[in-house]
Amino acid sequence: MSELWKLGITEARAGLAKGDFSSVELTQSIIDRVRDRNGEIGAYLTFDEEGALAAARANPKGVPLAIKDLINVRGQPCTCASKILKGYVSPYDATVIRKVKEADFICAGRVNMDEFAMGSSTENSALGRTVNPCDTSRVPGGSSGGSAAAVGGDLAIAALGTDTGGSIRQPASFCNCVGVKPSYGRVSRYGVTAFASSLDQVGPMTKSVTDAALLLQALAGHDEMDGTTPDIPVPDYAKALEGASLKGVKLGLPKEYFIDGLDPEVKAITDAAVKTCADAGAEIVEVSLPHTEYAMAVYYIVAPAEASANLARFDGVRYGHRSDKSDNVFNLYARSRAEGFGPEVKRRIIMGTYVLSSGYYDAYYGRALKVRTLIRRDFEEVFKKVDALIAPVAPTAAFKIGEVQDPLTMYLNDLFTIPGSLAGNCSVSVPAGFTASAHLPVGVQFIADAFREDKLLRVAKAFEDCV
Amino acid sequence: MNTSKIDVAYVAELARLELTDEEKAVFQPQLENIVKYVEKIASVNVDGVPPTLHGHTVVNALREDEVRPSMSRDEALANAPGRTGDEFLLPKIVEGAES
Repeated sequence: MSELWKLGITEARAGLAKGDFSSVELTQSIIDRVRDRNGEIGAYLTFDEEGALAAARANPKGVPLAIKDLINVRGQPCTCASKILKGYVSPYDATVIRKVKEADFICAGRVNMDEFAMGSSTENSALGRTVNPCDTSRVPGGSSGGSAAAVGGDLAIAALGTDTGGSIRQPASFCNCVGVKPSYGRVSRYGVTAFASSLDQVGPMTKSVTDAALLLQALAGHDEMDGTTPDIPVPDYAKALEGASLKGVKLGLPKEYFIDGLDPEVKAITDAAVKTCADAGAEIVEVSLPHTEYAMAVYYIVAPAEASANLARFDGVRYGHRSDKSDNVFNLYARSRAEGFGPEVKRRIIMGTYVLSSGYYDAYYGRALKVRTLIRRDFEEVFKKVDALIAPVAPTAAFKIGEVQDPLTMYLNDLFTIPGSLAGNCSVSVPAGFTASAHLPVGVQFIADAFREDKLLRVAKAFEDCV
Repeated sequence: MNTSKIDVAYVAELARLELTDEEKAVFQPQLENIVKYVEKIASVNVDGVPPTLHGHTVVNALREDEVRPSMSRDEALANAPGRTGDEFLLPKIVEGAES
């Protein structure tokens, strides 16, 4: 059996079931591929080869999975790509890890990311550089850039990522894979290092929509360890894909997403995707999400505010880096944090502290929460009229390493993914084509109402079958 | 709304984050820019609009208050930067106290 590393979940499971190869052979193939390619791609930060093979020997159905380095797996590092967590060893499994292990996945490889998931290029990792497997002079996107590079470069069968404002969808678009951001509350975050708690979601990054459905099936559901997961039944996602068709499906085209900043080549691919859907029988309806232009401003108040509170736990006391230059309690905190955090994390902590500080709270944070309601209502109105939305994922294809230096310019990557995150609905990036000039992959985004991943994936599957 | 009056050095102190002079010089204009950008929400009419705190709202996720198995003390202390016996070891924090 050669090149088993090329397989997705569906093919790997079928091959294991038929006895074409063993879990040990499949896992060894991934190990060989990672040894061969990771030096150049830099997707993985660590890979426990012995642990992976032991798990494969113990479970003949085991399929290896790449895990973003902010999800706790007992006995493994969990650095969040930050110096502040260097040397940390997880004392427990996140709920999603317990669940994927129960669903016959092996968790041995940990993949790179922007530090604490703050970024859109994985250049903010303090622990290593990840490049785009489609063009190694370019970024893989972020923050789940290691996950996307591992899947897109065939260094993994599939991966787990997290998405707060676009961190699954944008790298999926850049690296030619499928990435699902589940609805807020669909997947437990227990054991997942918190960035912005009202937005964070764990989701699958895979080689096909069917694979995404299979992996989401393992992830989704109520967890009593995460109070934000409602006890809403989880549909059979694979079954929802059966006979997927775009015939009669109403697809909304949000006019606010087709702005000047949208790269012409990305626009052309998005237009072609819309035409593909129309040709396959979808009814295309132009819709309006009037508060879209405020979404990024709301996000860059709400997310840093929550991050500044969440990251207060890194103080050099119970775990993580402690400065040896502290002579009083203030310096213990301030110097441990100064030495441990990278520049983007520091910027966001300062921004978040500012918008929550006395005298500014009402004007920034308080007001942002109200505008967030208006953004959520925009989507609620639109989903009364259409089954799903079709839109670009990011304004451009993958950019060059080092090309974007200004933080605010970098933030614009998430222009089209942030509104759905604020509303709490579900969305997916599906490969839609390649740019003509540099042959870079570009995804198209579908967005569906909260807890309608069944509908979302059905539309995505029907589209995938057409391209 | 006041325009972009963020004082990075002061806010960093509130956030218990020591910055070098170089970091202050780099962050100050960058954060002024970001603050200026987010101030666009000032023009939205939010009269009578309730706040949204979560993408999806679960109210009162409660359970019985019962003791359950949890991490052992050794596991909980395994990542501590300093440990003495069964406790976290910290530098002296009572200012002015005799050592």
